[in-house]
Amino acid sequence: MIHRSMARRKMINRLVQALSAAAALAGLFVLAWVLIVVVQRGSAAISWDFFFHRVAPAGVEGGGIANALAGSAILVGLAILFGVPIGLLAGVYLAEFGKHSRLGAVVRFSTNVLMGIPSIIVGLFVYTLLVLPTGHFSAWAGAVALAILMLPVIARTTEDMLELVPNALRESAMALGAPRWKVTLGIVFRAAKTGLLTGMLLAVARISGETAPLLFTCMNSDYWPTSLNAPTANLTVTIFTRAMSPYADWQRLAWGAALIITLSVLALNISARLMLRGKSHV
Amino acid sequence: MPETGKPAGKQRNADRVFQWMTALCAGIVLLLMAGFFVRLLLSSRLSLAHFGWRFLISNEWNPYRGEFGALSSLYGTLVSTAIAMIIAVPLSLAIALFLVEMAGPRVRRIVGSAIELLAAIPSIIFGMWGLFIFAPFAAKYLQPALGKSLGFLPLFKGPPMGVGILTAGFILALMILPFISAVMRDVFQMVPAVVKESAYGMGATTWEVTRKITVRYGIRGLVGACFLGLGRAVGETMAVTFVIGNRHDVSASLFAAGNSIASTLANEFTEASEPLYLSSLVELGLILFILSLALQVMAHYWLRSLSRSMGAGL
Repeated sequence: MIHRSMARRKMINRLVQALSAAAALAGLFVLAWVLIVVVQRGSAAISWDFFFHRVAPAGVEGGGIANALAGSAILVGLAILFGVPIGLLAGVYLAEFGKHSRLGAVVRFSTNVLMGIPSIIVGLFVYTLLVLPTGHFSAWAGAVALAILMLPVIARTTEDMLELVPNALRESAMALGAPRWKVTLGIVFRAAKTGLLTGMLLAVARISGETAPLLFTCMNSDYWPTSLNAPTANLTVTIFTRAMSPYADWQRLAWGAALIITLSVLALNISARLMLRGKSHV
Repeated sequence: MPETGKPAGKQRNADRVFQWMTALCAGIVLLLMAGFFVRLLLSSRLSLAHFGWRFLISNEWNPYRGEFGALSSLYGTLVSTAIAMIIAVPLSLAIALFLVEMAGPRVRRIVGSAIELLAAIPSIIFGMWGLFIFAPFAAKYLQPALGKSLGFLPLFKGPPMGVGILTAGFILALMILPFISAVMRDVFQMVPAVVKESAYGMGATTWEVTRKITVRYGIRGLVGACFLGLGRAVGETMAVTFVIGNRHDVSASLFAAGNSIASTLANEFTEASEPLYLSSLVELGLILFILSLALQVMAHYWLRSLSRSMGAGL
């Protein structure tokens, strides 16, 4: 290092620092750009009809996304119903029983890998599993696809959060004679409550913006959802079909729906973050 | 509270049932992984038998004649992913460096969370922004500039249309940036402070410490982060579908429209009525599954080997 002059080393250092600050700024800039566009264009579409009318057929003016809102709520609700209990129990296995076992290691690795499998593959899988045999798209299939996407997120956060609970708590409960299931569900879960809730919020945030897994499972519909066995309207696929259409009216609707999705996903994410931070200060 | 009322045997049974239930739910994860492979393989056997290896190298995609080949989709997937990596990896490295070595705790928290929020924005929103805002911007400013300065390369020839493989690569870069930079930040933070401080004590500058200490120490984690980003990029669907142009063609120019495996699936799956057509699309999905599986396995292998050598979890 002696042969390089101090001034040059300092200059390179300053250059690199400036570049990395610029990179961070670029990231912030993109986030701001996307959000501003979505808010600007989306708010132009918001009206009374937007929230309380169903999607209008081609050629008819106006219309809203009420049926898609209802359909998305049904899909996410069902997915929570399937995904959360299985994810929680799988996380319990990883943290409490399979910590050092070979099965535990394999499951942990697969959960990590499953988290990165493209969501369109999940949709394709559910299509071959539930849509091909029954011969029709359905809300069930869509919810199963979303639940599969939730599962690894919940399992991993559950494991992480349960591991933060000190062992002394488990030991003292067991010393009082409480059975293992009661220790886990009644005491460890209660101690990790905030963390578990955070994981669920993040998982719900992840699936509520998903489009690809719904394309071939519950598809979309212009009508109100009436049966869980039929194609079901949902926000994201509605955005996809409307945004790709050549009609300005339909594109405006898509921007409105995009605003709703973006705001709810960001709200879920931010509240999860705040909850976790509030906890770490205690 | 001692459970005096119940005999010990009953309690032990309840515990055993509970443990089995959790193991069963954990097993579902394994079952799913196997299920993906088996179901996709079974549903694509028609196309596998009909085309064989030719499927991978044929550029023919003609539903009317029943000829299907994956080449253009594979090409689009690989090229758009490569563009994304070329842009995203240096940017992520710079952002991670900024967060760990330069920013104060307040700035670090705010900028770090903002970058993470970028990852939370749904793919379809990026797609709409890309199609309606970024693609026209690219057609007007970015692509003409590239054509003027680098137009002697076949890569940057052709009319600037906005949508195309280059734009898809750009949008992908923005989408994987937060994932890569978050993991890189964690890797940087795992480097023991003592090691860095001794280098600083020798008079090294921040950049020298980064290049010679931090990066060397965490190289396996950085590689893992890149593979994680790659795994995300190859399977990204909606954003790419919006901006890639959706044309079954292999073109030397990055300005040209193309398609990727995921965008072909998203566009054509519900239209496929012929069994062979459907089966070919599922085979595309199978290829994508194997590709992203391999990338994920490699990513976690590298990350795990790093955290094992450092004795900390990542």
